[in-house]
Amino acid sequence: MTETQHFWRWSEKTYQAPDLDWRAASSITVGVDVGSVSSQAVILADGKLLAFNSTRTGSSSPDSALRAFRGAAEPIGLTLDDISYAVGTGYGRVNVPFADRTITEIACHARGANHMGGPSIRTILDMGGQDCKVIRIDERGKVLNFIMNDKCAAGTGRGMEVIADVLSVPIEDIGRRSFEIDEEPAAVSNVCTVFAKSEATSLLRAGWSVNKVLAAYCAAMAQRVAGLIERMQVEREFFITGGIGKNIGVTRRIERLIGVEAIKLPADSVLDPQIAGALGASLFAHSLYRKAQKEAAAAGGTAPGNGGTPGGAAEPAGEGAGVAG
Amino acid sequence: MIANYGYEDGSGFYYITVDTDICIGCTEYGCTKVCPGNVFAVEMDDYDDFVCTVAEGARKRLRELCSVCKAQNGSGGTERKLPCTAACPGGALRHSW
Amino acid sequence: MIVAGIDVGAKNVHAVLIQDGVVLAKAAVVSGFDQEESAERGLQEAARVAGIDRSAIQAIAATGAGRKALAIAGQQPTEVLADGRGAAKLRPGARTVIDVGADEARAIRLSPEGKVLDFAINEKCAAGAGAFVEAMSRALDMSLGDFATSSLGSTQSIPMNAQCTVFAESEVVSLIHANTPAADIARAVHDAMASRVSAMVRRIGVDDPVVLGGGAALNVGFVKSLSEALGGVNVEVLPDAEYLGALGAALIAWESAS
Repeated sequence: MTETQHFWRWSEKTYQAPDLDWRAASSITVGVDVGSVSSQAVILADGKLLAFNSTRTGSSSPDSALRAFRGAAEPIGLTLDDISYAVGTGYGRVNVPFADRTITEIACHARGANHMGGPSIRTILDMGGQDCKVIRIDERGKVLNFIMNDKCAAGTGRGMEVIADVLSVPIEDIGRRSFEIDEEPAAVSNVCTVFAKSEATSLLRAGWSVNKVLAAYCAAMAQRVAGLIERMQVEREFFITGGIGKNIGVTRRIERLIGVEAIKLPADSVLDPQIAGALGASLFAHSLYRKAQKEAAAAGGTAPGNGGTPGGAAEPAGEGAGVAG
Repeated sequence: MIANYGYEDGSGFYYITVDTDICIGCTEYGCTKVCPGNVFAVEMDDYDDFVCTVAEGARKRLRELCSVCKAQNGSGGTERKLPCTAACPGGALRHSW
Repeated sequence: MIVAGIDVGAKNVHAVLIQDGVVLAKAAVVSGFDQEESAERGLQEAARVAGIDRSAIQAIAATGAGRKALAIAGQQPTEVLADGRGAAKLRPGARTVIDVGADEARAIRLSPEGKVLDFAINEKCAAGAGAFVEAMSRALDMSLGDFATSSLGSTQSIPMNAQCTVFAESEVVSLIHANTPAADIARAVHDAMASRVSAMVRRIGVDDPVVLGGGAALNVGFVKSLSEALGGVNVEVLPDAEYLGALGAALIAWESAS
């Protein structure tokens, strides 16, 4: 291998439903979540999961949005022209060039978590690349209350990536390895990721194993996040979304600290907690599209699938093609 | 919706709370006029209502932007001592300090 | 009698020698992993500059993050105490002392007689300390000195959104991609750091005269931004600003020895 290894990089993930023919669907709705670290696209055919893709956010948000969409759509021959309605969300949501509307990531994560974890979910912890939020929702996935923190990299996905790089441990292995220790160490004292780099080096010099340093980091991150959750008084039926949701080194330690176990996706689920925001956006896109269709029909307007609706107006030609195809 | 925008400074953890249900129908936009740090913005939320939010650019800088008022007002609590909480006609804004 | 004050910081060790109440020599060396060894190197260097033998140093006071690790130090004053003492000596009557080092920043309110009344410390966040500007100048591939002076030539003020050094790095990269002039980026970086330091200073109140020490005081771009962030107050840069803590420690050692 001549290429430098990027320890912080998550492997990209893509999924296409094997038994769904999108060409027979009357609507193709898309949700795109452009996060600070990674971007996801979810495509629904008549409201059912058709495909999704997760990719690294590059320096340009519009490019990242397109890349995420193409990753999901190209394997099944779907193009931008086939989209009935698209919703952008996340940090870069205003830069999704093909979006008909933008919706905040708070509402999208709420809706996505409600869909993934079921209507009993009441508290969501969204741990993303750049920040961390706790959201309380009702049984329909509507946001009742949320808290977001004025955050730095400590306690976010980006902070964990820096640690992965410093310790040369692939980010996917951090969670598992952080439990392969003799005894749980105290959390690292440095809150700041910049200073944590030098702290990690001195811990290694002091004879700590890499796994033990990882454990101390995961514990520190869990402590920061748990403090935020406690302010919201977690109700049961608690669900974790976002990239760090995949790091059991952090999530299990959070569960220990707050004494509540998070609802997990079934082992055979194709879903991924990282796509919750994009999934929520695609569900919003689906209902907004249906609403627009109904309004158009009520106005005595055009046949479903054609332009002339507020949502469809952006891409009238594309829609007709999508349905006819 | 109750929106809590939190921040941490040397003396602890604080947050600004906006009860956006109170904002619906507001035409005064007092919050956007008085804040010396331009922390607030009125934007359409996800349920199509125009409500007060902490502006995107201010979210990560509350610790600095609020330091001017926080130093002057000490523990304001829920009393209307701050420019923003005083300017909101419906009482939708609260600070935890 | 010769005494020494050493300031064992995260990046550098500063040492000041005092003979009969008068500064004899100063020296700075880079901090290594072993703080005891780094401090010793600092003392050796100061002795060499003074042209004396290391064994001539009769008492040592150590301050800075690494002070507790030093068995050779008879006294270990806190950074706040040492800064306050040093500032009162360098600028009698100073009321607000700001010390911005590589990893830490402090603000100290002094009484007219030079007693510490109140202080605030940031040791948790690189974005409020010198490490921030250093990381950003690296992102721009500029020396720290060039970065600092170029800030003065800026023609527009660009607000930085990222509070954190880790995120600010990517913000600077996107400013570079957008062909923003380096001078404006440098100013944005100094403004951002000054805004954070000023938020800390406001917690203890700002009384004239305001003096600035620590390595960041040598950065003219930061000094200008800090003065603006504090509402235009005159920020006086202390002479030998980076030796502030070491000088204070040396004065403390001298006072208790004599």
